[in-house]
Amino acid sequence: MFRYIVRRLLQMVLAFFGTTLIVYALMFAGQGDPIQALAGERPVSAAQRAYLTEKFHLDQTGIGGFFYRYFDYVGNLLRGDLGDSLTGRKIGDMLAQAWPVTVKLAIIGLLVAILVGVTAGVIAGLRRGGIFDNATLALTLLVLGIPTIVLAPLAQYFLGVKLPLFPPTAGAEPSIYALLLPGIVLGSLSLATALRLTRTSVAENLRSDYVRTAKAKGMSVRRIVSVHVLRNSLIPVITFLGVELGNLMSGAIITEGVFNIPGVGFNLFRGIRTEDGPLVVGLVSVLVVVYLVSNLVVDVLYAVLDPRIRYE
Amino acid sequence: MQVRRLAAWTALPLAATLGLAACGGGGDSGESDPNATVSIQIAEPQHLISTNTNDSSGNQVLSALFAPLVDYDEQNKPFEVAAESVNSTDNLTWTIKLKDGYTFHNGEKVTSDSYLNAWNYGAYGPNGQGNSYFFEKIAGFDDLQSKDPDGDGPQKAPEPKAQTLTGLKKVDDLTFTVTLAKPYSEFKTILGYTAFYPLPEAAFSAPGVIKDGYEDAPIGNGPFKMKGTWQHDAKVEVERYDAFPGDKPKIAGAEFRIYQQLTAAYADVLSDNLDVDVTVPTENLSTAATDLGDRFQQSQNSSFQFVAFPTFQKEFSKPDVRKAISMAIDRDEITKSIFKESQISARSFVSPVVAGYRDDTCGEACEFNPTKAKELYQAAGGPAELKITYNGDGGHKDWVDATCNQLKTNLGVDCVGAAEPKFSDLLTKVEGKQPVGLIRMGWLMDYPSMENYLGPLYTTNGSSNYYGYSNPDFDRLVQEGTTAATPDEAVKKYQQAEDILATEMPVIPLRFGQNVYAHSTRVKNVEVDLFQVVDMTKIEVVS
Repeated sequence: MFRYIVRRLLQMVLAFFGTTLIVYALMFAGQGDPIQALAGERPVSAAQRAYLTEKFHLDQTGIGGFFYRYFDYVGNLLRGDLGDSLTGRKIGDMLAQAWPVTVKLAIIGLLVAILVGVTAGVIAGLRRGGIFDNATLALTLLVLGIPTIVLAPLAQYFLGVKLPLFPPTAGAEPSIYALLLPGIVLGSLSLATALRLTRTSVAENLRSDYVRTAKAKGMSVRRIVSVHVLRNSLIPVITFLGVELGNLMSGAIITEGVFNIPGVGFNLFRGIRTEDGPLVVGLVSVLVVVYLVSNLVVDVLYAVLDPRIRYE
Repeated sequence: MQVRRLAAWTALPLAATLGLAACGGGGDSGESDPNATVSIQIAEPQHLISTNTNDSSGNQVLSALFAPLVDYDEQNKPFEVAAESVNSTDNLTWTIKLKDGYTFHNGEKVTSDSYLNAWNYGAYGPNGQGNSYFFEKIAGFDDLQSKDPDGDGPQKAPEPKAQTLTGLKKVDDLTFTVTLAKPYSEFKTILGYTAFYPLPEAAFSAPGVIKDGYEDAPIGNGPFKMKGTWQHDAKVEVERYDAFPGDKPKIAGAEFRIYQQLTAAYADVLSDNLDVDVTVPTENLSTAATDLGDRFQQSQNSSFQFVAFPTFQKEFSKPDVRKAISMAIDRDEITKSIFKESQISARSFVSPVVAGYRDDTCGEACEFNPTKAKELYQAAGGPAELKITYNGDGGHKDWVDATCNQLKTNLGVDCVGAAEPKFSDLLTKVEGKQPVGLIRMGWLMDYPSMENYLGPLYTTNGSSNYYGYSNPDFDRLVQEGTTAATPDEAVKKYQQAEDILATEMPVIPLRFGQNVYAHSTRVKNVEVDLFQVVDMTKIEVVS
């Protein structure tokens, strides 16, 4: 087990540099004129253009220029310096500010998905074909069918403005309560998927041999469901939720925009819009680490849930 | 302990008024509460150093922290604020006398040096300040710039010849003179812009070097001072500066809350979570009047929307083709159906907010006349296919498509709207002389003068003349205007220059913008000025 984790960690280092190279290359290839993008529609003063070109080596173009800028970036990264954004702010500071609120939001979203999704999934799976099962089927289909870009403003308008149960926007230092509505909106998609997955898995496992054996031994229904069925049913759900954690953090662009939460998605959107290469690469690098770590945790959890799975 | 209890007592009535106002929906009635604070929507400012700030969010924050030398009255003429007088006999050497009694928020006196240091810093090329072009008119500007000897090559640009502008001279602590490179009759008007604010000694760590961290807590000479530091992406808070000698604000402070999306700010102002939403998003314009009643307001601003003809495309070289296209556009229909009257049809080449503006200078060419347009277009041999290129991130698709449809119907040509991801991509294509067709453009002025439209947009070397229009007569008239003896004479020259535009139609004027803003039930006397900045001395809180 220990050797397995070390091996995975070493692989992560390679994966990390591979992805930063790809992301850097994509930003480099897609870059038009970042100085003009920063200024929007205003003309750029000659002095400002010269200054920014010099500072960010924007005059280094072509293949040679790409490797020059990439190694410059990686060199600084290894020294712990994420560099400056085109607006002059330290990217390290921006990340330090953006991550905590996004993590909070993603955890709320994930908790909503687990608590509601898995519970309702188990109930629906136990009473397959019943009213509850059909009702959740219809509801989850509806949620899966509405994109966040519609769901988020609707939730904000009806639950924030018309019926003021929640504050309409969360802001920079939100309370858990203010993050609840965005968290639910963000988690609703995962919730629906988690519910469907759990339900199918539970329904299938209920018919398996070991459940029949357990019933024949005279075990209580509660023990059969909570220990035997649920534990075996959770493997696909855990896989899904592990990947989903990364998605929740990076995929909050719309939700963070609608509820004005200056987190990772908010910064990523701005970075892409203003062609701020270093900022986007910095944010994506951390996202890559989150994905890698959550995948590792999921793999280790398999062994906990199912003793037949062993790692050498 | 004492202080904390006091804070709790002031917070309590504040919370109470908030609750009451939300229930009652009270309007203008009642007294104002001088101890209350307001919240105002901004976007994340790019910079908070006066010589580097030129976005409206940064201007909004700095307008609270600084007092300008001059401000603009109802007719948009300059009047003195921090200056006692701004005079010149020859329009070349200007003497600026400062009012006594102004201090920076750290207690430092505002002197001539505060201005001279700030302006020299802004003009010095290697500092890369966004507003450096404002100092171009001052004598000695060229000596503060340096050119890279081998273009983008490996050699570094040499140090500029001088560190300070030769045109700036201190007379005494409260007087200094500015010598311009060429006479300029409207120099006083320019002085109202953000770039001309002073900087305290405390802003510099060495002469000509801004201290690290100054930008996060700027020290100004204005009615408000910073409360804490600039919290990036979150807010900037300011509180009243009691030693301010000018017009006292009627509120205790303000929170400039940073929004990335306009719709989020609108949702907040609807539920009284935010006091002033400076820009109501276009998608909410149709419902804003019913949602907010008289809390939804409009005021003039300086924005000017137009489409330009790139000179490198031969098919647009005849003025008659350009006129015909202009005549085939029904401006009023578009402002009504798409902009819900939040913009006004434009039939002149400068905005109505500047002195010297005349209605309908464009004449017949901007009147909607489909039959005549078609005749003229066919006679002049206009192209059978038109394209309007625009930036896809600015919400322009609807009106560009509508304009194209009008051209299709009225001229019998094919027309497509082509979106580029960003304005910078559009400019890259124009600079590469690719066939972009008509190009969407917009302009916001820096200071209220006709010259600020005519110069950058239509002169041969204009900073925003991306489409390459060039007419020596026009350039000469604008030049004569800037060096004219009096502002009135200048305006005459500018108007003659504008008449040339009407005959040549290098661009098609489409619309003049307006501020469309909304405020909560808590505040009154909300005014948004020509620069899309909320007037911080007028806004009041209903008590």
